[in-house]
Amino acid sequence: MVSLFDILGPTMVGPSSSHTAGACRLGQMARAIAGGTPERALVRLHGSFAATGEGHGTHRAIVGGLIGLSPDDLRLREAYEEATAAGLQWEFEDVELGDDAHPNSAIVTTWLNGEEVVTRGASLGGGRVEVTEVDGFPVSLGGNYHTLVLLAHDEPGTIAAVATILAAHHVNLATMRVDRTGRHQDALMTIEADEPISDAALGAVRSFPWLRWARVVPKIA
Amino acid sequence: MHKSIESLIRDAEESGRPLPQVVLETEAAETGVPAAEIRARIARTLAVMRRAVDEGLKGEVRSASGLTGGRARKLWENGPRLLGARVTETLARAISTLEVNAAMGLIVAAPTAGAAGVLPAVLVSMDDFEHLGDDKLVDAMLVAGGVGGVIAQRASLAGAEGGCQAETGTAAAMGSAAVTWLSGGSHEQIGTAIALTLQGMLGLICDPIGGLVEIPCIYRNASAAMQAIAGAEMALAGLDFPVTPDEVIDVMGEVGRRMPSAYRETAMGGLAATPSARKLVQIRPSSRPSGISR
Repeated sequence: MVSLFDILGPTMVGPSSSHTAGACRLGQMARAIAGGTPERALVRLHGSFAATGEGHGTHRAIVGGLIGLSPDDLRLREAYEEATAAGLQWEFEDVELGDDAHPNSAIVTTWLNGEEVVTRGASLGGGRVEVTEVDGFPVSLGGNYHTLVLLAHDEPGTIAAVATILAAHHVNLATMRVDRTGRHQDALMTIEADEPISDAALGAVRSFPWLRWARVVPKIA
Repeated sequence: MHKSIESLIRDAEESGRPLPQVVLETEAAETGVPAAEIRARIARTLAVMRRAVDEGLKGEVRSASGLTGGRARKLWENGPRLLGARVTETLARAISTLEVNAAMGLIVAAPTAGAAGVLPAVLVSMDDFEHLGDDKLVDAMLVAGGVGGVIAQRASLAGAEGGCQAETGTAAAMGSAAVTWLSGGSHEQIGTAIALTLQGMLGLICDPIGGLVEIPCIYRNASAAMQAIAGAEMALAGLDFPVTPDEVIDVMGEVGRRMPSAYRETAMGGLAATPSARKLVQIRPSSRPSGISR
C-alpha cells in the first residue's frame, strides 16, 4: 500500500534514497543485530553500491548507521569523525556476489565484546531495506518491529514452546512466521513483537536442546 | 490512496469536500493516523523543504564530487532576463534543493531524492508572490501527494524503472496540480494541468553522469518546475487536452517499461556515456575509506 509519506518523504540526508538513506538504515540494522555500536566493522559492498557508492555518500551513511545515526541526521556528513569518536574502527572492501544478488547489497561483519556477527542486506529503494542473512542463516528483516529470529530442528512442539516462553516474559506477538529451510530441514521462525524482547527471554529460548541458533533484532526508530 | 485522478476528483465532487480534505481523510482512514497528526507532519516536511531552498541559495554548498554547487546562487543573482521573475526564481529554487541534496544536506524526497527540487520550488515561489501562508501550502501538498500516489500505483516513481520521466515527470505533475489548486483552478483544470505537464515530460531518460544525482539532475529539476508552471498556466487559461490525465500517466508507465536499461539510471547511456561525461568521471578518485589505525 502506498502512503502519503512515501510520496512526500522520506525526509533524509541526500543525495540518494537507496544509496544514502537505505545504506544508513542497513548500518543501523547491523548495529541492532550486533547489540550496540560495534568496536570494529568490515563492510563489503556489491554492485551499484560498490560502483557508485563513493559519490552517493554510501560509505559515510553505513558508518553513520553503525554508530546509530538515522537517515535524517545531518551528522552523517561527518560520519567518519563521529565514528572515530564513538570508538568504531571500520574498513571497506568491494565484493562480487553474483548476478542474482540485489545491485545494492552489503555484507557487514561486526565485532563487539568478542562476538562476531555477519549481516547481509540490500537497499530496496525509497530508503527501505531488507536484511536477508545473519551469520549465513536466511532471514527477512526490515527493522520495523522488535524481532526474534531462530532456527530450530524441525520437530513437533517447538512453536508452542517458543510462544510459551515469550508469553511468560510478557512479550506481545505482532506476527509469527515459520519457514522450513530446504537444505537442513530446520524451521526458521521469525517472531515480531511490539515490545523489546529481553535477554532473559532470549536466554530461555536458547536453552532448548533443539535450538540451533537464535538472535534478537531490536526495532529501528 | 486513490488509484486514478478521475476517482480522486469524483470523490471530491460527490462528497462536496475540497480536494486536500479528500486526500487527507483517505490517508487517515487507510493508516489509522489522525488527520491533525498528518497535517502536522506535512507542515514539518514543508519546513525542511523551505530550509533546503534557503540553504542552497546562499551558494556555499558543494558536492563531494565537485560536480555541483553554487549554480542556484548564480542564477538568482543574475535575475530574470527572458522569463518573468516568478519562473526564474523557481528555476533557481529547484536547482538549490538539488545542490543541497548532492552536498548531503537535508531534503524531502518528493517523490524521490533525485526530483526533490521541483515541488519545494513551485510552492515557495507561489508563497513568495501570493503570500499564501503555510496552511494553504499544506493543502497544496496534500493535492500534490494525492497525484503522486496515483502515479506510484499506475506507473512508477523510480528512475531505475521508468527513467527520469518517472521522477521529475511525476514531481512536475504533482507541482502543476498544486499550483493550479493554489490559483483557484477548477477540478477539470487541475486534471488538465496534470495531463499537459506530464505529456511534456514523456520519454525523458535517466542518464546521470557518473551515476551521481547531480548532472543533469539539477537542471532537469529546474526544467520540470518550469513545465509544472507552464502546464498550470495553460490549464488555467482554459486550454484543453484530449487525453485524460490517467491515460497520460498510463502512457508514462508504458514508455518506462519499454525504455532500454541504458536509459534507466545505469549511467550506461545518454549523457552519462558521452566523451565529456566520461572525462569528468574518470578524474574522480576512487577510494575505500578506512577508519582502522595501522
